[in-house]
Amino acid sequence: MKAAAFDYHVPESVDAAVALLAELGDEAKVLAGGQSLVPVMAMRLGRPEHIVDVNRIEALAGATRSNGTLRVGALTRHRALETDVLIRDSVPLLARAAPHIGHFQIRNRGTVGGSLAHADSAAELPAVAVALDAEIEVRSTRGSRRIRAADFFVSIFMTALEPDELVTAVHLPVWGRGCGFAVAEFARRHGDFALAGAACGVQVDGGRIVRAAVGLIGMGSVPVRARLAEQTLTGADAHEVDLASIGRDAVAALDPPSDTHGSAAYRRHLGAQMTARALGRALAEAQGQERNPGQSQAQAEAGGTA
Amino acid sequence: MTEMDVNLIVNGERCRARVEPRKTLADLLREDLGLTGTHLGCEHGVCGSCTVLLDGLAVRSCLMFGVQADGSEVTSVEGLAGDPESLSLVQRAFQETHGLQCGFCTPGFVISVTAFLEDVPDPTDEQIRDGLSGNLCRCTGYQGIVHAVRLAARLRREERAETSG
Repeated sequence: MKAAAFDYHVPESVDAAVALLAELGDEAKVLAGGQSLVPVMAMRLGRPEHIVDVNRIEALAGATRSNGTLRVGALTRHRALETDVLIRDSVPLLARAAPHIGHFQIRNRGTVGGSLAHADSAAELPAVAVALDAEIEVRSTRGSRRIRAADFFVSIFMTALEPDELVTAVHLPVWGRGCGFAVAEFARRHGDFALAGAACGVQVDGGRIVRAAVGLIGMGSVPVRARLAEQTLTGADAHEVDLASIGRDAVAALDPPSDTHGSAAYRRHLGAQMTARALGRALAEAQGQERNPGQSQAQAEAGGTA
Repeated sequence: MTEMDVNLIVNGERCRARVEPRKTLADLLREDLGLTGTHLGCEHGVCGSCTVLLDGLAVRSCLMFGVQADGSEVTSVEGLAGDPESLSLVQRAFQETHGLQCGFCTPGFVISVTAFLEDVPDPTDEQIRDGLSGNLCRCTGYQGIVHAVRLAARLRREERAETSG
């Protein structure tokens, strides 16, 4: 369980990092938090010739908010999704997803950009990105571009990233008032990758659902956005939503993997249940917020544990 | 393969090692610095035996290369207690509640629990179990470990109350 030898590069700026990627191409791998890449290397499933360690690029970490968008730097650690007040208040779904990512020791190192670039469809952040219509900002020596999450995740562990491109940030929309967010997962053990899960957001105005986002975890080769469920929800009376039926509809057309951990049918069943559960929680929060707009759940939670 | 110099502070002491970039922080601590208290169970980030504090935060030292720790401060289990007579309160709690049997996983648990109680000083049982989920123990069935965390949290609060009162 030792990684094969590699050349180690530690750029201190994004420019230096993308210059290295341009020079080294396919032979280089970007090392961010390392919580997925290092095990892959230890098991010799991957043996990159060059490692470009971006951990010293301070400009890649941290979040900023402007014009209704939260920009989360690629090197922002998973831990910050829970602890950073700006992130928690701007895009609560990130904070709700974070506790489901591995264990706290993993979240201390793991990064937002790393999770997106690794593109595990059973992971939380890709599903959040797809559900919220996030844009992934990438850089190379050829310039910068933004890729919609829906186009970013191509297949299992495959993204639209070119070998010379570095994920620099993710841009997520900040929703308005009357919102609720929740993530529900089913895993064999806490901290394991989920067999199935859902990341949901709803916005309620005057008792009606005006916006809905449903991302499914572990239900295919890429994170899935349940557009049909979103359409059914949008415009519906928030008190009269048939959650079980929406959950079933969300997964009906999907073909999740079958393996020793569970059959496709079992995963579909779990996916429907998790969708209903997450939507139920999100709706309850949104309705509570519509009644008490001053207090978000994040603030309520922070007050409760302070 | 080119070796690189790594300068870091381990358990309060300045240390230097010359290692291949592929050597994990765990192997650097064990082989180059002789700190074999950090145990390696799975070497791919599952078991938690190799957990150390990196700049105060609990991390898996098998999921980092040693060269990445250049300039950092590392606390391994050896850094928690000055000598066998002065165990840390988390270590005392593990001892008193039989929070270990064979002891292989214990360094990782002790480090994780030390960091966990910094974040959650007064944990519920559910929070304790959640906090322990990143470390595997094949002997105890975890009951004793949960008791140890409860006791450690109490000892810690009492100690803080004494020093502040």
